Amino acid sequence: MADRWLHRLLWLSAMLAALVLGGIVVLLIGRTAPFIAQQGMELLARQWYPGDGEFGMAAMIAGSLAVAVLALVLAAPLAVALAAWLRYFAPGWLRRPALALFALMAGIPSVVYGLWGLLVLVPWINGWVPPGASWLAGSLVLALMILPLALLVTDAALAQVPPDWLHAGAALALSRVGMLRRVVLPHTAPAIASGVVLQFGRALGETMAVLMVCGNVVQWPGSVFEPVRTLTANIALEMSYAAGDHRIALFASGLLLMLVTMALLALSWRLGRRHHGTA
Amino acid sequence: MVRRDRVATGVGAVLLLAVAMPVVSMVLAIWDQGHDELSLAFLLQDPRQAGQAGGIASLMISTGWILAVCLAVAVPVGLGCALYLSEQVPPGSRRERGLGFVLDVLAATPSIVFGLFGYQFLAITLGFGFSLLSGGIALSFMVLPLMIRSAEQALRAVPRAHRQAAAALGVTRTGWITRILVPSAAPGIAVGVILSVGRALAETAVLLFTAGYVLRRPDSVMDSGRALSVHIYDMAMNVPGGADRAAATAVVLIAALILINVMIRGLIRPSRAGGHA
Amino acid sequence: MTRLIAMAVLSLGLAGCGQGGDKLVVTGSSTLAPVITEVAERFEKDTGIEVDVQSGGSGRGINDVRQGLADIGMVSRALDASEKDLDPVVVARDGIAMIVNADNPVDAITRAEVRALYRGETDNWQALGWTERPVTVINKSSGRATLTRFVEYFGLDNRNVEADMVIGENQQGIQAVASAPAAIGYVSVGAAEYEAGAGTAIRLLELDGVAASTSTVGAGRYPLGRDLNLITTGQRSAMVQRFLDFARSDEVADLYRKHYFVPARG
Repeated sequence: MADRWLHRLLWLSAMLAALVLGGIVVLLIGRTAPFIAQQGMELLARQWYPGDGEFGMAAMIAGSLAVAVLALVLAAPLAVALAAWLRYFAPGWLRRPALALFALMAGIPSVVYGLWGLLVLVPWINGWVPPGASWLAGSLVLALMILPLALLVTDAALAQVPPDWLHAGAALALSRVGMLRRVVLPHTAPAIASGVVLQFGRALGETMAVLMVCGNVVQWPGSVFEPVRTLTANIALEMSYAAGDHRIALFASGLLLMLVTMALLALSWRLGRRHHGTA
Repeated sequence: MVRRDRVATGVGAVLLLAVAMPVVSMVLAIWDQGHDELSLAFLLQDPRQAGQAGGIASLMISTGWILAVCLAVAVPVGLGCALYLSEQVPPGSRRERGLGFVLDVLAATPSIVFGLFGYQFLAITLGFGFSLLSGGIALSFMVLPLMIRSAEQALRAVPRAHRQAAAALGVTRTGWITRILVPSAAPGIAVGVILSVGRALAETAVLLFTAGYVLRRPDSVMDSGRALSVHIYDMAMNVPGGADRAAATAVVLIAALILINVMIRGLIRPSRAGGHA
Repeated sequence: MTRLIAMAVLSLGLAGCGQGGDKLVVTGSSTLAPVITEVAERFEKDTGIEVDVQSGGSGRGINDVRQGLADIGMVSRALDASEKDLDPVVVARDGIAMIVNADNPVDAITRAEVRALYRGETDNWQALGWTERPVTVINKSSGRATLTRFVEYFGLDNRNVEADMVIGENQQGIQAVASAPAAIGYVSVGAAEYEAGAGTAIRLLELDGVAASTSTVGAGRYPLGRDLNLITTGQRSAMVQRFLDFARSDEVADLYRKHYFVPARG
């Protein structure tokens, strides 16, 4: 008797978790479907003047992509190189404190990264090329944010390399660099790429730090020193007072973020099918 | 060592420095900006004049309430779901993979989307308004996958032999779960709870339009209240001369997060002593 | 375990019952929010009725009142034809000031110069009598009352505004200008005068020969003036009416003056 109740209770909590996701998707689609159907390609073709009923998001989609891609280009190679270095080259005593530092970095709130960007990075870029609040500022802050997790994921992937291979390599008198290039990296590349794709998703979805340092002007990203507005920043900036179609347009950008996240997740799965688990 | 390897060792050290420098400079810059404001009074007083005077006491209370609501939802639901995954669903089954998919998507969902959902569903549809309740529940949705995955890991780590022994003694499923499985996995589950607290403390975007901005001490979870992270954002962006106090608040928040980090390390170490290096 | 979950669910349910009671929610204009927060504190002391004040822009005030999320909205501009469902009460008068960083020696600007700056026709401070230095033009995000009034007065189309930075709240504009030497922005006269008086590194510019100050706004001489309203919709409850009366009374006129606004009465 008690067993059956417990069973139901556990089933219920599992369903609740599923319901949260279902609820989000249903709510986002339900609220935005008629709007999207009515606007159609206008959502891409036009500009963003919500006051005049124009809800073109292309510039902000480009802004989101630009900021996230540059952040990834800056962070990913660095993260992979550092993870490999810590595992195969660095003195042993350094590994633990370094990994602890990265774990701590990963836990620092994005709003604190944003605060640092606002207080230090933006004025510094401003002294160099005004206005300072820019695509570059956003990407630098984001790069710093995604680096620790990308590094930890890479480290976990490297840990999957069978030690025998390393011994065999050593017996063959391969240099460590050579072993890394010919044995370790080819073997772990899919798992690393899978982790990096997830970090790209995180960069796209990040709100606060980007909101604080990007300047938030709706325009196509031209130069890295010009301000941009991302989709996430747009939601945070305008949600509090948006009404009617304007509000629905913000929900539509939320839906878009959600769909892109799912697509990236699917890509990450395909790449990392051999190595399971959540990042 | 081969020459190439020595070069690589040097290059890596430079890279590590290149990454460590901004992080260290970040912590130092924030300390530098904020430490003058830090005092016992800053921790014990409520803010006045939109935060330009006074301290952060009421914000810590609001943050505590939000965390309490978040955990009140995330811990039972998370634990239940983890038990369901580890006890009732065969590994590799469609249901397990389905639920795994749900958790992975939830884990990857941008926090601002939880904010939108919390605003529309909790604040408006359910009528909770801008409140600690809305904010806490929205946050619980966000930390749910983290909570579930860590609890599941802890539950699966309980040795199979225990289960066989329990079955041999004729213990019911309920007895097994409540008296043996969950207590033995408790340290691992605690890590999950603490991880969730850390994640919830660090989050801002979810709370912007669910818990609101009110600086006053909340009387109940139906009141709006401002979390520390939201205060950092508001002081930095919206209050002239607020940068010092934003930084001081950030110091308090980072200190809390470091404390959490230390606690997790303390909890993990005994169970995984001598683990792979 | 079962009991634990049941208790958690129950405690949540009980907590949910605390809603309602003696509380007013006021949201909207970031221009009005600081002063109304103080008005609310005094009201709370006098009557014991709690008032939550949250800023977020005039658009939010209108929206929240229509949705029932707020009892009273704060709107820092006149209502337009599409907003006939709302009942405004004017509590004070304010203006919009052009502001620059205190390091900037420029102290007066004309309508034509502002137009040229915001249309991107002028982009260097040299043209306005300072050194060779690109101008950082700060605009407000759409939906803000200050933006609406600004573009209306200067005959601008928000589409043609070429900004280097877009900000939300008034305070954010002041903060941005105070930390960027080459910036120009526009914010509430009251908020700017208050901050400049408190030592924030900004300067209010003379507009077409009239100083931007509470006194010129009060005398009706400052060209870019506006009304600050509290709005409600439908039948007002006794509590709401009491607050509105209080917010217009002589008892709080000093608070509006303290924030460099011109009280509607007294």
